Amino acid sequence: MDLLRWGRSPWGEWVLTHVSWSLFWASLFAGVLFFVAHASYMLFSAHRKRSPAETDALEAANKNLPAQIERHNLTARLFHWVMAASMFTLLFTAFLPVAGIKFAWVQWHWMAGLVLVAAILFHIVHATFFLDFWSIWVGPKDIPELRAELLREFGHDVPGPKPGKYPLGNRLYHLAIVVTGLAVSATGVLMIPRIRTGLVARNPYYLADSTWGITYVTHGLAGVGLVGLVIAHVYFAVRPEKWWITKSMLVGWITRRQYLEHHEPSRWPVARTGSSPAKPAGQA
Amino acid sequence: MAVIRDVMPVFELYQPTSVDDALKLLDRHGADAWVLGGGLDSMDWLKDRLRKPKVVVDLTNIAELRGIKEVNGGLEIGAMTTLTEVVKHPVVREKFAILMEAAELVASPQIRNQGTIGGNVSQDTRCWYYRGGWTCYRAGGNICYADTPTAVNREHAIFDADRCVAVNPSDTAPALVALDAQMVIRGPKGERVVNAEDYWIGPGVDITRMNVLAPTELLVAIRIPATMAGAQFYFEKVRDRQVWDFPLVNVASAIKPNGGNIGEVRLVVNAVAATPKRLKNVEAFVAGKPRNDDTAKAAGEMAVQGAQTLRHNGYKVPLMRNLVARALRGQTAAPRTT
Repeated sequence: MDLLRWGRSPWGEWVLTHVSWSLFWASLFAGVLFFVAHASYMLFSAHRKRSPAETDALEAANKNLPAQIERHNLTARLFHWVMAASMFTLLFTAFLPVAGIKFAWVQWHWMAGLVLVAAILFHIVHATFFLDFWSIWVGPKDIPELRAELLREFGHDVPGPKPGKYPLGNRLYHLAIVVTGLAVSATGVLMIPRIRTGLVARNPYYLADSTWGITYVTHGLAGVGLVGLVIAHVYFAVRPEKWWITKSMLVGWITRRQYLEHHEPSRWPVARTGSSPAKPAGQA
Repeated sequence: MAVIRDVMPVFELYQPTSVDDALKLLDRHGADAWVLGGGLDSMDWLKDRLRKPKVVVDLTNIAELRGIKEVNGGLEIGAMTTLTEVVKHPVVREKFAILMEAAELVASPQIRNQGTIGGNVSQDTRCWYYRGGWTCYRAGGNICYADTPTAVNREHAIFDADRCVAVNPSDTAPALVALDAQMVIRGPKGERVVNAEDYWIGPGVDITRMNVLAPTELLVAIRIPATMAGAQFYFEKVRDRQVWDFPLVNVASAIKPNGGNIGEVRLVVNAVAATPKRLKNVEAFVAGKPRNDDTAKAAGEMAVQGAQTLRHNGYKVPLMRNLVARALRGQTAAPRTT
């Protein structure tokens, strides 16, 4: 199976043109396989969270925390859902024709792409200057948490670090989305002058054929990668034990008990005074 | 810029004698198979070695694909019926003269003797970048060489370009849309009937195909209903060489008068987009109006609204405007060569 497609340039050189759409099916299959495998595993796993007694004790000791704790402010939620809408539009317009459902997709695709790029640029500014920028990133400091999480997944009763604002899986997923999202967006922006948008003058020759090939292949690889990533994201969003996170992306807050049950207060300090919903320290 | 090698690649030749057998072959070989009708489009591809199918399914021996039958006041034309047979058929000449005119303007007598109506409506585009073997969008690449600042694109699209700017080169296609024809398609899942208007697809929908035929399907017949029989027809084709050539622009209209005014009307232009372009807005505008110079002129202006020209095909705008006006005015078309 050829993973990449090649074509002849007018000068007779072989240049990259696209990724093989077999990779789309591979990514789709991998996403579904992960979903099935994880769901099966979760049926039998001893996935551990703080015990009710432990959480009761914590809740009794933290009565001065507000009943509702803001997890995502309105701006962050709007960004998330705009990004989700544009991402779904992009994936459906890109891959439904590959799957045999033919329609005029290009205009929808580039328009959704521009919305995504605008949303990403906004998010970079917003997260850099108005949110706790480092709370979403992973680094060496997270290795103990990774170890503890893995052991808990395999049924061990492991004390140790709970996550800060974002669970480790959340942060790893964000990293994957940053890489694929930026790759697909940057290459998509480069492609805009190749098509008729009315926004910029068409100039399909501003990059060399070989550079275009790399651009299209990068766009394709990131695109098919996003198929699997989005399947995984939707899967976790609808899992019963993760629903509280999904709900917080809708309403903006989590309960005090959820906060104490799933987070390490020392890693995600929340202001203990003021009216509900409370704003965590360092948050806009 | 095709490099003519004249020696076709090796392939396995099948000559089935029934549609069912042909469909079985297509089903068995899928995208590796090439359907050969009259061969006029196919031979270019094969001799240039730009298409190298493993299997060629020649439809010449399938009798059920040939001939013209009268059905409910209309006609059913087998896909392998030659253009000459279409031109000479008495009912075509009497009731559907626009198809006779369009078919008669295809290429040369020799080509019409060999070329089939199924092949004429299903032929590939003539864009020379594409046919020259360059890896353009239509050939599976990521660029349209005809839509670049230095491209030679005199024959290319002024409407509905979506990355690719190739046009549909068929003469009979606009006539069939004007006649409200239907395309009968058979495949492994049985028979389906598609309105002629929906038979061709643009690059926005599928950039590598010109029509809705799947690799495992065959166009078996074209049905022309009695709807527009005996209407006032007009067909005109403008081409570089009057001896034989593909259209720069052609126009087909079928009008049923209502009193002294235009009644039901179907107006179609081809070679301006990747599909025959039915001008529904113009049809709605002229319906009920007198068939005179004022109506024709306004219709011509309306027809070219939204046209987007390339570097060398700006002339197509006034050409199309005038052809539409002439079709509505109903004046005599330029004399034919045969």
